[in-house]
Amino acid sequence: MAEDVAIIGIGMHPFGRHENTGMEMGAYAARAAMKDAGCDWSDVNYAFGGSASAGNADSMVSTLGLTGLPFINVANGCATGGSALISAYNAINAGAADVCMAIGFDKHEKGAFAPDPASHGVGQWYGDTGLMLTTQFFGMKIQRYMHQFGISESTLAKVAVKNFHNGSLNENAWRRKPLTEEEVLNSLMLSNPLTQYMFCSPGEGAVALVLARGDIAKKFQTKPVYLRSAVLRSRPFGSFEVFNSWLSPDRGNSPSVGAAAAAFKMAGMGPSDMDIVQVQDTESGAEIMHMAECGFCEDGEQEDLIQSGATNLDGRLPINTDGGCLANGEPIGASGLRQVYESALQLRGDAGTHQVPKPIKTAFTHVYGAPGISACTVLSN
Amino acid sequence: MTTQIPVAEELFTWPSDSPQLIGTRFPESGVTTFPQSKSCPKSGSENGERVLLPRIGTLWSWTVQGFLPKSPPYAGKETAKTFKPYGVGYIQLGNEVIVESRLTTAEASELKIGMDMELVVIPYSTDDDGNELITYAFAPVKK
Repeated sequence: MAEDVAIIGIGMHPFGRHENTGMEMGAYAARAAMKDAGCDWSDVNYAFGGSASAGNADSMVSTLGLTGLPFINVANGCATGGSALISAYNAINAGAADVCMAIGFDKHEKGAFAPDPASHGVGQWYGDTGLMLTTQFFGMKIQRYMHQFGISESTLAKVAVKNFHNGSLNENAWRRKPLTEEEVLNSLMLSNPLTQYMFCSPGEGAVALVLARGDIAKKFQTKPVYLRSAVLRSRPFGSFEVFNSWLSPDRGNSPSVGAAAAAFKMAGMGPSDMDIVQVQDTESGAEIMHMAECGFCEDGEQEDLIQSGATNLDGRLPINTDGGCLANGEPIGASGLRQVYESALQLRGDAGTHQVPKPIKTAFTHVYGAPGISACTVLSN
Repeated sequence: MTTQIPVAEELFTWPSDSPQLIGTRFPESGVTTFPQSKSCPKSGSENGERVLLPRIGTLWSWTVQGFLPKSPPYAGKETAKTFKPYGVGYIQLGNEVIVESRLTTAEASELKIGMDMELVVIPYSTDDDGNELITYAFAPVKK
């Protein structure tokens, strides 16, 4: 099974703020991915896509061509892109398609999300009284983690410094200005211990991937990248998630723990086999905690790893090589696919100014979001 | 005289001199939810019992809301100019449940994980008739 699904084309509309609609960015990314794959829309025989706030992906057929292909809309919060990819992976493995597209795009308003309590299954009182902010959850999760495992504020800041540095080298990134540790620490305190520059912003952008059966991949692409696993998990009992008015004292694992373990098992590889890693960095603390949740270190080891530069582009384990969510922003539907796009770019050696200097043969991606979902992939040449 | 109106019925006992949060305990799984819940998220059981939660607990984690939340859903009437940051935390009530709550202090120097906290009731907004809208919060226990 391991050779069965290949990524033959990758396309991205730069992230940031743009005049065009989310759907137009999606179509742009789709055309770029097909050009990269050397295929036409008529070659694509299944598509999955979604956005959180920019419309139904399947209406894109009127732009790309009414070929009659099955196009399924995917809506799965922050894992929308990851879920589209898993659906495409499964469709190819099931023999339902030879060439498949996974696409994600989005366009969000400025500032923190303003969620609706009812659609998240919580009482109106929760929103009324000022508890319904994702930023508070992130602040409280890392606050407790720092207390338990001895992570310093300097380390929190260094994650942001690294990601903005990586973003400054990436022409598709949104935030391209490098920041110093002092600038990060001295920026506005949004939700203690997290400052403004430790948070990513909701943004805009699109990513499309063309996948194909492994045995036909080289007909399209001289440098196919293989998707060794693609896994999604929802939250187990006892995980700590956004918009929880209560937690059990009987603490459990994050959904990322199960998703990452399953992705490695399916791929027949482990965390120590990975050359580069993309993890969800909604804020600096998330990257730190996800390093451990995904199995790349023990709780608390991040302090030395990050302080010593091990996760920098030239380090032992480069993390968020394109600048992550911090430098790219978070268009929800596209975010998980951006990580796979970046991994494919690095595996092909095509990342240009932000190419990791060491040889790259394997890559891992991890997306995480509300209401407690995680999607992971393992990729290799 | 203004009336105090709780943000929701059955969230905490009111009126009361010593209000308590109201949860649901599921005897089969040992899980206690807050607020009340029809089914247990661990076992799926629908055999829950209404339970009054302890008024005193310990701070499990905390943050400070540093910017004015978007309305909706936030029902506070501050503007960006009048907004004052407020504390938010999780308070562990014995071994029963950890509840999320506003805190009465927004001073980072006054908040330490593990410190004792007690339940109080605070205003969070007013309605069009000038009534005070109230919710529960936790305050550091005075030594």
